[in-house]
This record gives sequence, C-alpha cells and structure tokens, in this order.
Amino acid sequence: MSGTYLGMPAFPVAAKEAVGNETLRGNLRHATHTIRDKRARAVAELADWDLLREAGKQIKDRTLRHLDRYLLQLEESVTAAGGVVHWAADAEEANRIVADLVKATGEREVVKVKSMATQEIGLNEALAAEGIAAYETDLAELIVQLGEDRPSHILVPAIHRNRGEIREIFRDRMGEWGRAAPDGLSDTPAELAEAARLHLREKFLRAKVGVSGANFMVAETGTLVVVESEGNGRMCLTLPETLISVVGIEKVVPSWRDLEVFLQTLPRSSTAERMNPYTSMWTGTHDSDGPRNFHLVLLDNGRTDTLADEVGRQALRCIRCSACLNVCPVYERAGGHAYGSVYPGPIGAILSPQLRGTRSEIDASLPYASSLCGACYEVCPVAIDIPEVLVHLRERVADQGGKGHRLEKAMMKAAGWVLDHPGVLAAGERAASRTRALHPSKPPGAGAWTDARELPELPPEPFRDWWKKNRGNDRKDSGT
Amino acid sequence: MRAALFVTCVNDALYPSTGIATVRLLERLGVEVDFPAAQTCCGQPQFNTGYRRGTEPLVRRMTRVFDGYDYVVTPSGSCAAMVRHHYPRIGGEDAAGLASRTYELTEFLVDVVGVTDVGAYFPHTVTYHPSCHGLRMLGLGERPRKLLESVRGLELRELPGADECCGFGGTFALKNSDVSAAMGQDKVHHAVTTGAEVLCGADNSCLMHIDGILRREGAAPRAVHLAEILASTEEEPWS
Repeated sequence: MSGTYLGMPAFPVAAKEAVGNETLRGNLRHATHTIRDKRARAVAELADWDLLREAGKQIKDRTLRHLDRYLLQLEESVTAAGGVVHWAADAEEANRIVADLVKATGEREVVKVKSMATQEIGLNEALAAEGIAAYETDLAELIVQLGEDRPSHILVPAIHRNRGEIREIFRDRMGEWGRAAPDGLSDTPAELAEAARLHLREKFLRAKVGVSGANFMVAETGTLVVVESEGNGRMCLTLPETLISVVGIEKVVPSWRDLEVFLQTLPRSSTAERMNPYTSMWTGTHDSDGPRNFHLVLLDNGRTDTLADEVGRQALRCIRCSACLNVCPVYERAGGHAYGSVYPGPIGAILSPQLRGTRSEIDASLPYASSLCGACYEVCPVAIDIPEVLVHLRERVADQGGKGHRLEKAMMKAAGWVLDHPGVLAAGERAASRTRALHPSKPPGAGAWTDARELPELPPEPFRDWWKKNRGNDRKDSGT
Repeated sequence: MRAALFVTCVNDALYPSTGIATVRLLERLGVEVDFPAAQTCCGQPQFNTGYRRGTEPLVRRMTRVFDGYDYVVTPSGSCAAMVRHHYPRIGGEDAAGLASRTYELTEFLVDVVGVTDVGAYFPHTVTYHPSCHGLRMLGLGERPRKLLESVRGLELRELPGADECCGFGGTFALKNSDVSAAMGQDKVHHAVTTGAEVLCGADNSCLMHIDGILRREGAAPRAVHLAEILASTEEEPWS
C-alpha cells in the first residue's frame, strides 16, 4: 500500500496517542454518533432490509466465486465501448500505468475523485515523483490534502477535523494550491463550502485529465458507477479529455439488476440517505460527449491472495459504506490514523492485513484492534462477519510467532495443560485463595490491567470447593 | 428437571458467589442441579486470541464432561456464545450436540423453566449492562430485563449507551489497554449518571473490568451479577 503508511507503529501505540487527544475524541464521538443514529433510522424505514442484506451478500459471493469470468466479460465490454483495459498486479505496476498514460497526454496535472484504490497504492506520491500534480476534489479529501494530512475515515476522510480546524487549513493553504480562500473566511459550513467550490471550480475547468475510482463495475455493459454527494464526481468524469479509472477487481458485479440492491443499501449505510445525490455512470467513450479517451486500470494488489482464503475472502464483499467504523467503539476512541491504512476501522482491521500480509508490526497488530463486540457485523449491509475474520487472522499472526507471540503461545499452552487437568487447576485455585492476604494489589506484570483498573479480590474459596462442602453430590468424579 | 451447571473458569476462581447464587436460584425453582467437577474452561480465551488448536482439547473435555445432560446452564453469555457458535466448527458432531443443549442462565429461566418472575426480592436501584456476546451473539433480547422487572423492590434505571461494549474483550483488555480503559471509563460514567446503587450484568468478565474501573475511580454503583439479584429473597437477602 501507500508509502505514506510505512513505518507506522503497532495499533496499541498509535491508539494510545489518539485516546489522550481530547479534541480528536470529541470530534470523533460527535461525528460517529450522529451518523450512527441517522443510519439506524434510515435502515428502519425499509421493511425488507434483512432480505436486501442477504441479497447483497449472495451477489458479492457469487461474483467472487466466478471473478475471473466476470472480469474477462468486463474487459470485453469496456473494449467494445471504446475503452482500454489495463491489468495491474500491484501498486507499483498500477502507478506506472497511470503515470505513463498521463505523460502520454503531455499534461502535468490531474483532477481526482472518489478513489480509495489510488490512495491504497499511493498514486499521488508516485505522480508527484514524475512531476505530475494530482488535485483531490472531494471536499474532505481536499481538506486532508491541503492539511498535508492522511484520511482517517472511509466516507468522511476529515472526520477528525472540526470546523475551526478546517477554516485554518483553508485560510493558510489554499493559495499555495490554486485560488486562495476569500478574506475573512468564517467557520460556517456554507462559507467553507463556497470557498472550496471556488477553489475547485478553477481546477475542474482547466484539467485535461481526470482520475477516478468506482463503486461498481457492470460486467455485462462495461459500465462504471460512482455514487457521491457533492457533484465533483460528475465534473471529474465528464469535463477532462482523458479519464483514467483505477478500480479494485472486487468491484465488479455481473449485471445492472445487481446494482438495484447496492444502490439501496450503500447510501443508507453510509450517509443515512435514502438515495445519494449524484449517481454517475460511464461506459467507454462517445464522439460527442464526455472524455475522448477512457482507461480502466484493474487493480489486484493482494486481492487474489485474499480471495484464496476461505474465511478471509468475505472482506472482499465490502462496498466501503463505513457503517462499521461509525458503530465501532474502538474506532471511536482510537481514531482512523491508528489503523495505519487508507482502510481504517473494523473493515480495515481485516482488509489491510490480508492485502498487505501480516509481517509488519502494524499489520500484525490490526487483528487484535477489536473487543469482538460484534456491532460491526450487525450493521454491515453485506453481512461480513468481521469478528470471525479477526479471530481467523489472529490465528495467522499467532502462528507466525512474531513479537510477543512466542511467549504468549507458551503461556497459552501451559494454561491449556492446566485446564485439561482439573485436579491441578483446583489445587492452584485453592492455593491462590488461601494465600490471598499475601498478594500485592499491583503484582508485577499486571500493569496493562492495573494502570486503569483495580484487580478483582480473590474469594476465600473457589466455587468447586463450596460445591464439594455444601452439595458434594456431583454425578461425575472430580478426577482428570 | 435436571441441569448441569457450567460455572465457567472465571466464576469458579474469582466469583464463586455467582455460581452459588445460580445453584440456589435454580434449586428454588425446582431444578435439580449437578456440578460435574471435571469441567474447567470453555477455551474462549485461547480461541479468541488466535490459538484455535489449543482450544481443541478443552472442547473435547467440555463435550465429554457434559455428555448425558439434557440441559447445561451457565451464568455467562460470553461462554454460552463460545459453546453455541464455535463448538460445532471446532469439535464436530458431539460438540454441536453440546452447543444445542447449552443455555445462558436467562435463556434457561425464560425459555426452558418458563418463568420471568423468579420470586426474588431486591430493594435497590439497578441499571443493567447487556454484555455484547449475550446481546448480539445469543440474542438474549428482553429476557434479562423481564426477569429484572419482575423482582420485587427493584427499581430499574436506563443505562445510556447500554448496547455499547464496555471494553473488556478478553485479552483485548491487556493488548489494547488504553482503548479498553477509555471504553470502560465511558461505560462507568454512564452508569454513574443513572444514580443506581447497583450495575448489573450477566457476565462476570465484563463486570470484573467495569468494577475494576469503578473501584479505581471510587465511583458509586457496585457491580453485581444478575444471578445474585435473582437469588436474593426476603428470607435470604443479597449481602
């Protein structure tokens, strides 16, 4: 993934910093709770929500089972409609393809919309290295880019910023990237939006090359689909002469009929809207309208490896709605940056370690960045059992035995042996209870617990001893 | 009716009062309780931390120990969820059989014994935290609330953000202790705003975490397991 995230500390370390940041926690709490409550109301309006959820899951699973076939069909349809399809195995290949395509136009700047895939591969940085400026045009992405920051949410990349902070960023930085912010800019949403509008309009009208992602690709017609709220997508998709769409291979759906399900579940799950304000669809090229050149870069970058894992592959169903982030108590406290990826929150915790592998410290820590409360699974519109995948990936991390896991494995093994020998367990419990007056209140090694919590007081005797004394009529012997 | 008590390793070693309360409650309702002493732990800590193979002998043990009982009852939604959801996949057919016969305490009372009024008396203000595994994996729904509402003398107070995780999460409490503590502190602050004397739950592992923060902060509610409230009567009151 993006070089931006290399060298990220493990999740607990990054999260510790976020937990201590009062402003960040306030911003996140307010934003996630607002969206979460609205989402619940929007979903409750649909009597057939459970059926839509099941349909979405089935469509995605069926498509993934026959992914090769649908991708080839897509390539054929896109080509027939006048587009050019490129296949990219990894980030480096995808970046090279895009940079070469831009250079071939003779241009030195591109406008961008709605593309987590290009963030995943670090396209902006790769283009900058080739002397090409990439301008983000989603409002939140603009805030992130101007602030030399990183996105922290799938749908609301600047969720960690409040209005006051955004005003400062616009006032200080807009001029360096193009049209400066108006004098006396306040922090009211209307004024901030207008400043962004004027700044972006200049870029839309000038740019000859657009770079986009897509929410869906329809195999039967070669049509790509973007759903968005601001209209910048339509500008980027229709004004430039050349359009380059970089899309993960899992975004394909077989037919237009399949879209019907997702166009209901995606907006309700993400922005709590019945329908998103803009749905743009583009199919190849046309002589009298839209871009004259259309390129589709199909990105693998770890997706076929993910597909090969029977439990983990369900992560590829994800339609990037971000409902799981908004209900996640861990995301709410730790913030999006702690996940060290363009995909934060519960879905990021299962997607990033699969796309990137679990060798780095951050990726090995992500499967543990959850209390397994299950709120994410409950809201997921394509029923990804995120807790199941988290536990599955923990097994992978524990098996590879990295930092800390060798000792943990030995302790688990020892505990397992005791627990398979009830006589030993009972003796241990009895001894602990009898010597309880001697135990320190903060025993060495208990720091992770006692930093914020008291330890439980040991009882005078374990339950099994009470039972023996007071009932002692158990049907089975207390042997091994 | 006869039932085997699966007391859980946490209750056995740290919270025997929950097991004792469960026994007294069930016996009061006419259930004959057995405690197979060869039981230990369901294996959830190992399983959820990524040591699936380490859970296999424990799953076999549990399956063997509770063989032959029509009902296995446990005062822990989390451990019941482990048996119900994961055992069939880890231990095959026999473990699946155990999964289908294992009940969390409130499920057993409402669905099997068929009572919501268990004749309890508990003259205190109480707020209820529904732990995540009971709430989401088992779908306990209104059962605990119905049981609490039928307790004489008890005044139930709404816990704001009740369905949000308290932050325990097993080894999560140690591996991500800062986030875990922040979640627990928010839970505790919500509990304090209710003004209740008692914070009640049906999982002692979550209560251990919540109580640990309550005591560290010197905050008011005491954390008490639901079984102790339901076992409390005028003749034998909770103390």
